[in-house]
Amino acid sequence: MSMNRATAANMVLIALLLALPPLAGLMDGEFYIILVSRALILAIAAVSLNFILGFGGMVSFGQAAFIGIGAYVVGAGTMHAFEDGIEWLGNGYTQLALTVLFSAVAATVIGAISLRTKGVYFIMITLAFGQMLYFVAVGLEIYGGDDGLSLYQRSEMPGLPDLSDDRVLYYFSLGVLLLFLYLSHRVLHSRFGKVLTGCRLNEQRMAALGFPTYRYRLVAFVIAGVMTGIAGFLLANQTDFISPAMMHWTRSGDLIIMIVLGGIGTVFGPVYGALAFLLLEEFLSGIPVTIAGYRIGEYWQLIFGPVLILIILYARGGIYGFLQPRSNGK
Amino acid sequence: MNWILLLEQSLNGIQLGMLLFLLAAGLTLIFGIMDLVNLAHGSLYMLGAYYAATLTEWTGSFPLAVVLALPLAMLTGIVVEVVALRSFYSRSHLDQVLATFGLILFFNELVRLIWGPAGLDIPLPAYLATSIEILPGIPYPTYRLVILAVGILVALGLYFLVSRTRIGMLIRAGASDREMVGALGINIRLLYSIIFGIGAMLAGLAGMMAGPILSVEIGMGESILILAFVVIVIGGIGSIRGAFIASLMVGLIDTLGRSFLPDILGLFLSSGYASTAAPALSSMMIYIIMAIVLALRPEGLFPPKGAR
Repeated sequence: MSMNRATAANMVLIALLLALPPLAGLMDGEFYIILVSRALILAIAAVSLNFILGFGGMVSFGQAAFIGIGAYVVGAGTMHAFEDGIEWLGNGYTQLALTVLFSAVAATVIGAISLRTKGVYFIMITLAFGQMLYFVAVGLEIYGGDDGLSLYQRSEMPGLPDLSDDRVLYYFSLGVLLLFLYLSHRVLHSRFGKVLTGCRLNEQRMAALGFPTYRYRLVAFVIAGVMTGIAGFLLANQTDFISPAMMHWTRSGDLIIMIVLGGIGTVFGPVYGALAFLLLEEFLSGIPVTIAGYRIGEYWQLIFGPVLILIILYARGGIYGFLQPRSNGK
Repeated sequence: MNWILLLEQSLNGIQLGMLLFLLAAGLTLIFGIMDLVNLAHGSLYMLGAYYAATLTEWTGSFPLAVVLALPLAMLTGIVVEVVALRSFYSRSHLDQVLATFGLILFFNELVRLIWGPAGLDIPLPAYLATSIEILPGIPYPTYRLVILAVGILVALGLYFLVSRTRIGMLIRAGASDREMVGALGINIRLLYSIIFGIGAMLAGLAGMMAGPILSVEIGMGESILILAFVVIVIGGIGSIRGAFIASLMVGLIDTLGRSFLPDILGLFLSSGYASTAAPALSSMMIYIIMAIVLALRPEGLFPPKGAR
């Protein structure tokens, strides 16, 4: 494939992301490292959700629950390591393994039930399950209930540079993001990816061709759940804090917005979407204009809501749609 | 077991069920007929409560405020339908979900701008702020009984509207074949606006009724909206009868679970574990019921006949 506009833009984006920490260091802009770290981690979650939403056509509205699972593993792990002396729970590798385990189990159970349904039922059921886990987190008084929990320290990863350095965490997140992008790319062009796309376009036909579509979708759902769980692991470390708010259903909505904003069903789209979403939030909430005593920035969602509706109405391909000339009529 | 508490909590459960029914009926009508997923239904609930709070303050009478707020809620719904949602009928459910999500953000901020971030209270008139002895020696708040009565009246009214009137006939016809109804010369656009308006009015009514017992605040519609989703998933999307029965089920299970699960768990577990596990488990109960219903009947308990 020759180098088209989208590929060139992706290269530039990756180069910029790689160069950001030293550049920010020059300009005394530590703030941007933290902001973009957050965007990278949300991009990881969006790339994961895009795996089922974009490729597989499954509109999961409870994806933030998996962020919560990863985050609570980190939060609970460091708490038990510190307060109860269970040292191995503070270890980042153990926490990652537990994150993978718990998100896989949760995704298997939620997916197995939800995937029995289609269309709008699926949206509502995943929403309900996500909210269920949210309320479970609210009910966990031991981890602070509604208020959440501050991390004593970030995950310890012996053999790697210390994650408590914001730059290290930045590059660690960027590495995970690039890995997941590569995985998505490989999966999309694999036999598994073709079957998944086929299930989105016409599930009955895929079933008639003899593919066990339910099983394919369930496997995709579990993979996406695990990947999102890892995003949660990173997010807890990035914010040094966990709370049920991380898994509130509006967070799941934000992830879907990022995907649609960036370009649904494209490998790189969610990355642009997550960056655009956070930058837009940062920009709109910083608008200093004051009308009749109300600072517009303080009510930025008043603008963002209608803008979102207009984007969905008129810019269906998202940001990636502008980068990539309309090719296969998708 | 404490029978008086059981009776009171059952009544509370039915009353939550009635509020859920008011929301779920509109949601299920709008989805069943217009094929539109409306997340912003909770915003209409919230707006209803705010209208009632302001009008109560102006008129000094809560019942009068409700009477005035109902057409206002309906009008709000129609404006939302005409301005924002009409373009989304032919779109995918994902687009509808996102657009109505955008509406939620908009309305939450709008309410914060107009009414401020602090919640409001709706004072009840003296004759409603009393209690009635439902059984000798057992008082129960009058207003909660009023909610029960309103819910039952609305259910009966909806049944009459849908099965006995001309507009009900059009609603049923629109649900099974909208092109044919259009071809027969019915103004489908107007019909849709009216249905959306009715749904908005019912959601607003639920918010108004809930106002005096819960606090009127931003985001109040969101948690109950998700309960309403659970209701219509259990009841079968598009079925008003299913919404009614599932509302009562969810209301009762949720309320009774919250008040009795700690005691029931205490029979099996040490009190420390029971008091830790009970809040988490009781908030999971309705979702577990939903999962069981779906495992057995993926279309819900009462899937409407003739629906696609």
